Amino acid sequence: MPKPMETPQLSSLYQQLILEHYRNPRNKSELDGKSVEIHMANPVCGDEIRLQLRIEGDEIAEAKFVGQGCSISQASVSMMTTLLQGRSLDDAGTLARRFTDMMHGDEDAAKDKALGDLRALQGVSKFPVRIKCALLGFDALQEALKKEVSGGTN
Amino acid sequence: MTVQPFDPRVLRRDFPTLDQLVHGKPLAYLDNAATSQKPKRVLDALDDYYERDNANVHRGIHELSRRATVGYEEAREKVGRWINAAESAEVIWTKGTTESLNLVAMAWGLDHVHEGDEILISVLEHHSNIVPWQILARRRGAILRYIEIDDQGRWILDDLDTLINDRTRMVAISHVSNALGTINPVQTVIEAAHRVGAVVVVDGAQGAVHTKVDVQALGADFYAFSGHKMCGPTGTGVLWGKRELLEEMSPYQGGGEMINVVSRDESTWAALPHKFEAGTPNIAGAIGFGAAVDYLADVGMDGIIAHEKALLEYALGRLDEIPGMTIYGPRSLEERSAVISFTLGDAHPHDISTILDAEGVAVRAGHHCAQLVMQHFGVSSTARASFYLYNVQEDVDRLVEGLGEVARIFA
Repeated sequence: MPKPMETPQLSSLYQQLILEHYRNPRNKSELDGKSVEIHMANPVCGDEIRLQLRIEGDEIAEAKFVGQGCSISQASVSMMTTLLQGRSLDDAGTLARRFTDMMHGDEDAAKDKALGDLRALQGVSKFPVRIKCALLGFDALQEALKKEVSGGTN
Repeated sequence: MTVQPFDPRVLRRDFPTLDQLVHGKPLAYLDNAATSQKPKRVLDALDDYYERDNANVHRGIHELSRRATVGYEEAREKVGRWINAAESAEVIWTKGTTESLNLVAMAWGLDHVHEGDEILISVLEHHSNIVPWQILARRRGAILRYIEIDDQGRWILDDLDTLINDRTRMVAISHVSNALGTINPVQTVIEAAHRVGAVVVVDGAQGAVHTKVDVQALGADFYAFSGHKMCGPTGTGVLWGKRELLEEMSPYQGGGEMINVVSRDESTWAALPHKFEAGTPNIAGAIGFGAAVDYLADVGMDGIIAHEKALLEYALGRLDEIPGMTIYGPRSLEERSAVISFTLGDAHPHDISTILDAEGVAVRAGHHCAQLVMQHFGVSSTARASFYLYNVQEDVDRLVEGLGEVARIFA
């Protein structure tokens, strides 16, 4: 019989805060006057979002999203949008990197208060097949930032 | 092996993978529609081939090559007999149902489907029986039409006379739906297609697993299926076709083994079935597939089918008791094979699958490569439990308990 694998705890994955964002997503609607929109999908599971940002100068004036998917992907993008309002593009980039680090098991990143509610998603890093779900929104954000830097609206 | 009365508890012992703990719990493997586990007999056949007979087929004079060739061709005969092919030369080895369907689309389709012609498929199809026809239709300027499905995922055939008309060249339909388990009335469609001279390919990826297939009685022109869903190794599949169609078809790929004589400007093709088997084939896989068919023959398809139905009935009954449960597909056992697609409350199927996995219960979550079916029911994905000969009622009970945990977390 093969050696049993390490068993991560479900309770670390499905925290109340995550389920709460899944049920009541923040900033989930079409954004008027958006300056950039990124569509990001996971063809394996059908999760998809459209992240919409209104950018003024080097600042994200407003961030919204529409989409559908599992609790992890939808909670992650919902939490992310709450942190993006009024944030500089540089800060947003740092946030995306810190969150990605946390997903890849970086304990320091997981203690970073700048991640706010997103720290509730730390448990996802113990479920390798679900990391993609948590990163869906941040992948869209990084794509959006790349677009802005390489000659967007400014 | 002497034939025993059908007992899944005894049969389970033939499958080494089933005997393990997953996340500390005994494995309940309910993802059989994706791939089946393999009996020891198949694993032994692979080992025997690699440890004793490994050589290329149809090329060498030496002893090992002879043995490899004999094993490879005997396996073809076994699989041919299994589906009651008129002759084993009609059995083309492929790497799976997907390649078999693509072979028909390209090798038959490109020569016979022209601008304005119609190709008929159904909304119930797996992507591998949709996309090759979309590619063909685009390349040839042909029109792709669909058989629609009702609220239980059954074909609507009321307008079959217009769906199949004198422009219809090709009909490509699944025997059994992988997403919903619907057993389709393929014979009705085959007969209608043949009345207008259209050619029919049946996607038997699930049909070959859950029904007794007799290609001659079925009457289709091609039947495509995979080895890995019926106890065989991955990377094995078959395209069965009627000799007269295979004879006049162009080859699918060029290379070694499929030629007769090669000259500077042109070549002549090898006889069937080798004309469609360019390159070194999956020799071990074919031999393993043959061993799988031997195994299934000893177990007996009647026993397997009866067991799957009983388990399906038990599972549908237990799942129906769960509040918030939605089950997709036909409700009658006659119209459904051992597949149950479902959703539970507002828990996303991916979350359902993660929670079940923590309980050692393996199910599939997603669109099951059938996005048209998902769109029909207005969902992006479902969870899917699928049964096979070695599943027992406890597997269903474990699934139900795991769903209790889903309900608790998503309360």
